[in-house]
Amino acid sequence: MADTAFTSSSANQQSWMKRNKLIITPWMFLLPGILFFAVYVIIPIFQSFYYSTLDWDGLGAAEYVGMANYAELWDDDAFYVSLRNNFIWLFLYLLAIPGGLTIALLLNQKVFGIRLYKSLFFFPFVISQVVVGLVFTWFYDPTFGLLNIILGWVGLGPINVLGDEAYVTYGIIAAGLWPQTAYCMILYLTGLNAVDPEQIEAGRLDGAKRLKMLWYVVIPQLKPATFIAFVVTIIGALRSFDLISIMTNGGPFGESRVLSFYMFEVALSEYGFRMGYGAAIAVVLFLIMLVFIASFLRSMYKEEKGR
Amino acid sequence: MFPTPIEKSSPAAQLGYKILLPASLIVWLLPLIAVAVFSIKPDSDFTSGNYWGFPSSFEGLTNYGLVFGSDMPRYMLNSVLITVPTVIGCIILSSMTGFALGVYKFKANIWVFFMFVAGNFVPFQILMVPVRDLTLDLGLYNTIPGLVLFHIAFQTGFCTLFMRNFIRALPFELIEAARVEGISEVRIFWYVIMPLMKPALAALAVLIFTFIWNDYFWAVVLTQGVESQPVTAGITSFNAQFRAAYHLMSAGSIVAALPPVAMFFLMQKHFIAGLTLGAVK
Repeated sequence: MADTAFTSSSANQQSWMKRNKLIITPWMFLLPGILFFAVYVIIPIFQSFYYSTLDWDGLGAAEYVGMANYAELWDDDAFYVSLRNNFIWLFLYLLAIPGGLTIALLLNQKVFGIRLYKSLFFFPFVISQVVVGLVFTWFYDPTFGLLNIILGWVGLGPINVLGDEAYVTYGIIAAGLWPQTAYCMILYLTGLNAVDPEQIEAGRLDGAKRLKMLWYVVIPQLKPATFIAFVVTIIGALRSFDLISIMTNGGPFGESRVLSFYMFEVALSEYGFRMGYGAAIAVVLFLIMLVFIASFLRSMYKEEKGR
Repeated sequence: MFPTPIEKSSPAAQLGYKILLPASLIVWLLPLIAVAVFSIKPDSDFTSGNYWGFPSSFEGLTNYGLVFGSDMPRYMLNSVLITVPTVIGCIILSSMTGFALGVYKFKANIWVFFMFVAGNFVPFQILMVPVRDLTLDLGLYNTIPGLVLFHIAFQTGFCTLFMRNFIRALPFELIEAARVEGISEVRIFWYVIMPLMKPALAALAVLIFTFIWNDYFWAVVLTQGVESQPVTAGITSFNAQFRAAYHLMSAGSIVAALPPVAMFFLMQKHFIAGLTLGAVK
């Protein structure tokens, strides 16, 4: 590079570019991506924090009201119902993880046609949640739904799952577990594929069998799959919106709302366009999620440093 | 292999497994089988209460014909016009960001990477009000480009995570060798890295296709009419229109679900490879 250094100013510039190319190039490649992401994701997060201090219908003039929206949330029963349901979702949705592992263990064989079985078991994940919601609405239908027919055989029912305040959230979660379990299953099938056969043999020689083998030898080796399963399931649970919107629209009497649905209702539906109040609900949801995001990033960071 | 291969167990257990497998699959897919049967039943079966019995006649052609005679084809077209540009945009942006974060060592690298990852995990409701506002200001509310731009931006988070991890796993000697040869960084990206990324690009393309095709939330937030809404939102207005017409709703649902399902079966290997990236060390 030294031979071109003093010939002209343009060559001088070029050599500066050349000398620093390993510093400049990555930022050139990052620029469009960062720009898009900043405009549509990062900046809106902060804007939402700001909006949550406003009284604003989305069209007219906005009025700064400080923490008034949060103070109103504090006394809002619908908010507490949504918050409670969010936690029910969070806990019960995690059942997809053991459920997925169980199906994966059932399918981890080499018999004729097993590949087709695996894809068909995975099938529910590929379908839109809107369709899943419709299908389960019919499944629960009190007049002709399959659920009540089955309950009728054992002398129970009929129950109107989606019309009953006591069952509605659980009914929707069950619908959500269907595709989510399929997702966890495929993660574990991949994980099981990579389990070290020598360790299994060693475990066998030590007399470990079935459940003991599963718990002490296999599950520890599935740790990366389990980590991803936790991440996607927790995020899925906190984002739940489609199923609620399709199956009950929050009802009966708002009993199946979660925060994401309630904020949508407050900000963009017949309940009026209260953007500020909606943003305040979103901020609460974000803060709950932040706890998980921080812990996911922490374990990713540890792994990066370990490399 | 765990559990023990079934060939090594008793004949009784093997037989049991062979019965258990199809039986459990039928139970698992029962809701879908029901929809498929519904979609070929005549209207009269539902009024006479024959929900679960054998169809009294096969009306598949009529039912699907009615679906294609409705607004459904328009919604399908909208979904294609939303999904395909999003896939292309995401792939372009994220192969660049993934390359930058996977190949170069600089101080901010990990923080830029974490920004993408964290943004990808955010509950998107927190973006709803500002993004809707921005789209309105740009004059793109209720248009397909408005939806596409947002999808590209948001999916870039996940795609960057994916691409960066994929590029990290490539042999770094290739890049060093190219540098010694004096090949420019842009050419390294295009001629050395891109050809190696083909499987990752295929996996991302099918995944993003499915995610975007199935999106409902943003479709409801950013669009509202038949001229721009995708099929997931369309099916709900279909639902309002044919509330008790279960045969038509079923046929409509199947049509709406078909493209991602076809994509999955055609590109199964890539789809699963993409979804399970990181599930194995």
